[in-house]
Amino acid sequence: MTGSRVGSGGLIDRTKPLSFCFDGGAYSGFSGDTLASALLANGVRVMGRSFKYHRPRGVWGAWFDDPNAIFNIRLAGDEFPNCQATTTHLVDGMKARAVNAWPTARADLKGGLDYFHRWLGAGFYYKTFMWPDWRLFEPAIRRMAGLGHLDRNTVAGYVSDQLHDTCDVLVIGGGAAGLTAARACAEAGQEVVLIDDHPELGGGLYRRGLAIEGEAPEEWVASQQKAIRQAGGRVLTSTTGFGVFDHNLVGLAEHRGFSSAPRLHRMRAGRIVMATGALDRPITFANNDRPGIMSVEAATEYLGRYGVLVGRNIALVSNNSFSKPAAERLRAAGAEVTECDATRGPIRALGGKRPSCVEIGGQRYACDTILASGGLTPVVHLWRHAGGKLDWRDDLAAFVPGNPGKSMIAIGAANGSFDLEDALAEARNSARSGSVSERRGNYRITPLWPKPGSKGRQWIDFQHDVTLKDIEQAARENFVSVEHLKRYTTLGMASDQGKTSNMAGLAAMAAIQGKSIPETGTTTFRPPFVPVPLELYRGHNRGQMRNPLKRLPLEAVHRAAGAAMGEYGGWLRPGWYGDKSEEEAIRAESKMARDAAGIFDSSPLGKIEVMGPDAEAFVNFIYYNTIKTLKPGSIRYGFMLTERGIVYDDGVVSRLGPDRFVISCSSSHVDGVNALLEAWRQDGNDPDRLFVHDTTANWATITVSGPKAREMVGELGTGLDFSPESFPHMTFREAAFQGAPARIARVSFTGDASYEVAVPAAKAETLWETLIAAGGKRGAGPIGLEALSVLRAEKGYLIVGKDTDGETMPHDLGFGIPRLKKQTEFVGDRSLHGEVAKLETRRQFVGLAVTKPSGPLPVGAHVVDIREGRTVSIGIVTSSYDSACLGEPIALALIERGQARVGEYVKILHLGETRVAQVASPCFLDPAGERLNA
Amino acid sequence: MQLFPCPFCGLRDEREFQFAGEVGKTRPNTSEPVSDADWDTYLNTQRNEKGAAREIWCHLPCQEYFVMERDTVSMDVFGAIALRKDPS
Amino acid sequence: MNKRYSALRHFREGLRGHSGWGKAWRSPALKSTYDVIIIGGGGHGLATAYYLARNHCISRVAILEKGWLGGGNTGRNTTAIRSNYYYPESAALYDMSLRLYEGLSRELNYNVMFSPRGMMVLAHSEAEMEIAARTVNAMQINGTDAELFGAEDVRKRAPILNFDRDARFPIHGAIWQGRAGTGRHDAVAWGYARAADALGVDIIQNCEVTDVIREGGRAVGVNTNLGEVRADRIGATVAGHSSVLAGIAGFDLPIHSYALQAFVSEPLKPVMDTVAFSPAYGTYFSQSDKGGLVFGGALDRVPSYGQRGNMPVQELVVSGLAEMAPVLAKVKLLRHWAGIVDVTPDSSPIIGPSGVDGLYLNCGWGTGGFKAIPAGGTLFAHLLATGSHHEVSRPFDLDRFRTGRLIDEGAASGIAH
Repeated sequence: MTGSRVGSGGLIDRTKPLSFCFDGGAYSGFSGDTLASALLANGVRVMGRSFKYHRPRGVWGAWFDDPNAIFNIRLAGDEFPNCQATTTHLVDGMKARAVNAWPTARADLKGGLDYFHRWLGAGFYYKTFMWPDWRLFEPAIRRMAGLGHLDRNTVAGYVSDQLHDTCDVLVIGGGAAGLTAARACAEAGQEVVLIDDHPELGGGLYRRGLAIEGEAPEEWVASQQKAIRQAGGRVLTSTTGFGVFDHNLVGLAEHRGFSSAPRLHRMRAGRIVMATGALDRPITFANNDRPGIMSVEAATEYLGRYGVLVGRNIALVSNNSFSKPAAERLRAAGAEVTECDATRGPIRALGGKRPSCVEIGGQRYACDTILASGGLTPVVHLWRHAGGKLDWRDDLAAFVPGNPGKSMIAIGAANGSFDLEDALAEARNSARSGSVSERRGNYRITPLWPKPGSKGRQWIDFQHDVTLKDIEQAARENFVSVEHLKRYTTLGMASDQGKTSNMAGLAAMAAIQGKSIPETGTTTFRPPFVPVPLELYRGHNRGQMRNPLKRLPLEAVHRAAGAAMGEYGGWLRPGWYGDKSEEEAIRAESKMARDAAGIFDSSPLGKIEVMGPDAEAFVNFIYYNTIKTLKPGSIRYGFMLTERGIVYDDGVVSRLGPDRFVISCSSSHVDGVNALLEAWRQDGNDPDRLFVHDTTANWATITVSGPKAREMVGELGTGLDFSPESFPHMTFREAAFQGAPARIARVSFTGDASYEVAVPAAKAETLWETLIAAGGKRGAGPIGLEALSVLRAEKGYLIVGKDTDGETMPHDLGFGIPRLKKQTEFVGDRSLHGEVAKLETRRQFVGLAVTKPSGPLPVGAHVVDIREGRTVSIGIVTSSYDSACLGEPIALALIERGQARVGEYVKILHLGETRVAQVASPCFLDPAGERLNA
Repeated sequence: MQLFPCPFCGLRDEREFQFAGEVGKTRPNTSEPVSDADWDTYLNTQRNEKGAAREIWCHLPCQEYFVMERDTVSMDVFGAIALRKDPS
Repeated sequence: MNKRYSALRHFREGLRGHSGWGKAWRSPALKSTYDVIIIGGGGHGLATAYYLARNHCISRVAILEKGWLGGGNTGRNTTAIRSNYYYPESAALYDMSLRLYEGLSRELNYNVMFSPRGMMVLAHSEAEMEIAARTVNAMQINGTDAELFGAEDVRKRAPILNFDRDARFPIHGAIWQGRAGTGRHDAVAWGYARAADALGVDIIQNCEVTDVIREGGRAVGVNTNLGEVRADRIGATVAGHSSVLAGIAGFDLPIHSYALQAFVSEPLKPVMDTVAFSPAYGTYFSQSDKGGLVFGGALDRVPSYGQRGNMPVQELVVSGLAEMAPVLAKVKLLRHWAGIVDVTPDSSPIIGPSGVDGLYLNCGWGTGGFKAIPAGGTLFAHLLATGSHHEVSRPFDLDRFRTGRLIDEGAASGIAH
């Protein structure tokens, strides 16, 4: 037991004791503790095992820079994997377990792996496991790897809250520099947001433990915070800036309690002031990974923030001037501290799970705890996210933010101004842009970097067990680029993402190559700055809110009628009605539609109006088919192509008047067609003579189809003459329905006489009820999309995207005439005469007939042929149904030279089984069109 | 998340915009013969500038197409003008 | 000289501090002439050099790499290896690649950790099941292994997926390719580099091509920051920056550059033993041997050369994963990054003559270049050695944009590359 709680001090609330478990043992701590501080206060040293060798590990750091103590934590039945002990605040009842160790971190059975370390060094897996096969070794290696175990439960209510926000100045880091900067900017009238990842502002002031501007740290912090708020600034604590993205967007993750998902703030900052401080970096020496060795900064942080003294008999090994005040602070708290000059000679820690002494240059210093400081490294991650460069400063032996970012500045320790007075001066200046006053620079450091060739096992990356020998081996094998080094050894790829290891690794490689550190390079820091849960990015983009379905005005009516609702082209539509099985319902509905009539909701059908003096030429250009000859009151079927000549949509065009057309495209293509029309409209046309307006949502459309359809629409009270002579197929009429405008189009997607009745959405229910009533007495009723799909297939009407694919051109579908005859330009015209368009082997749209006993063909089956002894695909089955009306199965297909094959028998292959079908015309019903024109 | 300037609606989230092509692509007059090569160039070839680029974009909510100048490496946006006022 | 790798030698080297392994590759000086220059030291460039030396006995080859070898998309991708393609042309290419991957570790004497753990492309409706069946049938006809999975088959292989029938995209089944899997991306680059180097290829890192030297309309060499170098044939394997190189050489390509992001979570004990892709959620993922979930999804919306992450796509892809497997919502994201990919009009690659004599292209791989490295290298080496196409690469010539013979997998199968 070396760590202990001191009698007073720290930010913890000693009136609120909390109990928790770690690795099966029961402990207690205080509100405000992290798991790490509470364990240290309980004298626990070993808090984890390393990834590869299962070496015992204690905490190195006191906040986000600790790579060693990673726990799975259960609280109230919920388990969270891979929680950093140093950043997880204690909650009463937590049950924590060190990851990758069994049964406990202290007595991990895999600890023996360390004896084999000489065979488990850098990249050993690249040289081995090839024979007989990697697959034999992989499962065992996977089980050995990984950190925490993931249970299979989701956490109820674990939903990220997501906000958009803006400010003039975002100050990241609420230490002395950040607070001062935020206050200066706010008092200069700028809209300021100050964030800090701790629950309390103050940053390094608590570990420093000295008065600032004449006030005790807590009082000074409180008065700064008050001043910031009074000047209109906002403060967000427990909030991490995890990434800087394009155009000064900063991702902030606001912690909201252990079992809650963090809140995402997408903060758009006019300016970013980075006051993220600096980290104490490890010294590379023999056995530097032992429990009981931690950073000087961490020791003072545990004392100042949590009231924990990490050891009684401390050897403080340092190469810089900032350790002296730390030693004094620890002494004042009751520790015996021996200050050791780290640059005196080779260093070695002795002892097992707790140090017994440290040896420097041959001299031994007995101790129970070793504190190490290899110098300060500014936290420049966010600077790199924003694309900023780094400069090397010899006097600091560190990289500092370099060329000024466009709208980002660094201040304080993050900028290499480790001296508090310098940091405050920079911060006060940050309200204005411009240069910072001269630094006093009290910080002194004697650079101390890994020494290649030195003795003992010296850790560079603690979690990943990368040692100096690994770096040397990588260099010998010519993995000398920093990125190669990182990837070959896994240096810097642990959960701390190199916060403790990158500098040492880089310096080691520089030393091996005899280069300077800046010549050797630096690795890019990638977001997120600290690991954040996936949920942070999800929020309400979940469940049905993800790509939400479009809903019909009549959805409630359909549901009341017993509709089975399903997704069709992005809309939620009735698939079929009633309690019968899907198959029976479809048969009954399709038969009803052929015998009497079917009523269906076709509201999603596109209704895009094209208006203006140039409308005729425009629509004629957009469509493959000739539209300019279309007369007002008439309708024409046609295709829209892409410029590659591929069929993009089919639909009908109605001409309302000389300068006004309605494009009725397929339901799932409305947005796409509208976009396509706008694109062409604004490309070379005079936008004052042409207007495109999507009115799809304004209208609800109910279609009645079947032999009784005419009688039924006759009951709508429109006064129209529905006789085929005065209202023939492919015409439409404008009328009134119960005082509202109505558009009635006689156009068919079933092969029977059909009327599409469009009324303002508010009249939809009345229209539906009127038609249902009219149908009821005639044996007609509602049908869903599934029956409609059968009906249209019986007639050989295609669905673009289902019966066509990304190669289908209009002449493959039996519509070859405009390609050859249309005189004016149209979209895709040139592509219809390219080499591929002229191939004789093009796949053409046909029907497939099968005999009844064998049942319908599977959709997705291929039509195959044997060529040169090999089975080749010559087509695909695109639609297939058991037709109730025809009494036999039918199918639609795209088949190579299909139109010439009508009557031929072809082989159909599906999942290894072969069948035979006869190529037919796609039109199985009423080829003469008597029903259609009736 | 970038901010793009719609000439009609002002600075908006990049998710509201659709890239529509590089500036300067003119559709060949297909009422006259067009060679395979010319049609290929029109359909397929891109300058794909690294650095400063001039492009056509559509602001989806207002559906207006416009010319935007930006840097494809730094993501700086230099400006945008409505298509019908663009001299090119 | 680098020693042959084996478990026995590894054991012996372990006893003497691994001091006996030589360099994995040399760092040679740039010579003034070569038979072939390859611009770009990524997977495709390194593999091309290797196969030039191995299959065609051409070892006077230089690879000129602007940065560090394998530093482009080879070192940034999500390591999926598969040949679940619809068109015979694509299947021939990617299955050739998969077959080469199957023997690659022993071929190169370098463990590339090819792990044929299978890949599923999820179908979320009956309509998608029909398209899935179409693809499975096509794959089987193409000679690629494929099965049509029902929901229960999916559950057996990947129990952590979301099997809620009320999910926005409920799982109905999947296209399954059992031979598909993952590999260790860096190892592929390093394995080819080491093997090519051993056959005499010069890998020149930190060598940036600044100009293509043309004489009489023919490309005869390049200028670099390290000086001029000439060769009979020049191959470009610079995915992401193909247009930039084309610009230097004086022509334009049918390519747009986009950033593609990739993500890795903190390491977990094994939770996912296969690769799963959901087109509807726009996300795919697998678990690396180290334990991190490796995932990715859509391209950025904005064409760019910005090799950085971008929040809109992050939100889309990460939330997609949390929807695909809700139990992962509490897992933490460790790192994300981006690579620049070449996107062609049909999302299929370009292999062939550039139009400038002496200069050949291997580019346009879009999001799927990693899985194609062995085949890309084999085919490009064939082209550079013989001056004419291998039958497998012929359909991927640049001329397909003129003839309209595009190979658009996305349009055919509804499944993006």
